[in-house]
Amino acid sequence: MKCRVCRGPAIIDVRRHNANFCREHFLRLCRDQVAKAIADFDMIRPGERVLVAVSGGKDSLALWDLLLDLGYEADGLVIGLGIGEYSDESTSYAVAYAEAKGVALQRIDLRDDYGFDVPTAAHASRRVPCSACGLTKRHLFDQAARDGGYDVVVTGHNLDDEAAVLFGNVLRWQNDYLARQLPVLPAGDGFPRKAKPLVRLAERETAAYCVLQGLDYVVEECPMAAGNRHLGYKEALDGVERSSPGTKHAFYFGFLDRAAELFASGVAEGEGKADLGRCERCGSPSATEICTFCRLVEQAAGAEPVALRPRR
Amino acid sequence: MKVLLRNPRREVEVAGPISIVAMLDRLGYHRDQVLVIRGDTLIPGDAMLRDEDQVEVRPVISGGAL
Repeated sequence: MKCRVCRGPAIIDVRRHNANFCREHFLRLCRDQVAKAIADFDMIRPGERVLVAVSGGKDSLALWDLLLDLGYEADGLVIGLGIGEYSDESTSYAVAYAEAKGVALQRIDLRDDYGFDVPTAAHASRRVPCSACGLTKRHLFDQAARDGGYDVVVTGHNLDDEAAVLFGNVLRWQNDYLARQLPVLPAGDGFPRKAKPLVRLAERETAAYCVLQGLDYVVEECPMAAGNRHLGYKEALDGVERSSPGTKHAFYFGFLDRAAELFASGVAEGEGKADLGRCERCGSPSATEICTFCRLVEQAAGAEPVALRPRR
Repeated sequence: MKVLLRNPRREVEVAGPISIVAMLDRLGYHRDQVLVIRGDTLIPGDAMLRDEDQVEVRPVISGGAL
């Protein structure tokens, strides 16, 4: 197996590109794909301050490393979610990376700072764990960006993530979600700009990037995510991708090129749009007097902590 | 050869020599779902593994809250 660029010995095959790469040219491919995504979608402008949503997993650590390599001023924020040893281990990888690189990492611990954890929040609010977790993370990343004066929050969503979410949204024709399923969402209504610079990389590529760069990350899957709908969509698309490499890319970027604007214009005309005030408790943008996160805190912080229980 | 598997972490023995593709097939993985790692580098799909090799088969799929 030879590298497509230099014809030297290859170490990885990327079937969706119908190509093999050596270490040097694979790492260059990753950098080029992230730089192209940032440029194509105007994700980060020169001189802007970037807040990286870091989990300690392969995607967020690869993203942070690639942005620093590309010369961006990028700080991290990691949230201790209280999902047993999984959260402790995840946070430790984020901390180790920040220390090794000498870059700033802000830490929030849900139990210490807000009096609850994700398993308890899920139980107390009767949400599925991924819903309580996602709501919490989105709120805290937005808040940290506002408080810290960051121009943009970046997340490690990769091509597989976006294709799976798109698949789910299309299966159920979730027009409001489809309208917002873009690689960059502009700032507005008190929310920071949000961008996904890894949309041109598959998750096998971000994992390979971490291995080749010597970045340790949490390999084990979140015990609360097992069996969730998102993983089911990924498995379904993986089956198609195996027999027809490149399908995920064509599906997602075809949507962006040909359909996303149609859904987005529906929202611009008023569909699903609400006038936002400010949460009475935390000051965040909110359509109700008390925002969804503060309601979750109210429900969960007084609740008896629940033991970690994987989804089945 | 010793093969480290993840999720959950465990070790299995596979007799060599064997190709990467054949080893993954024997273990029930498709090559697009995993990386095969030896030391600090990746092993390409057409490589042969010997009895004395130690490798890790690492899944790459993850998915939680978005």
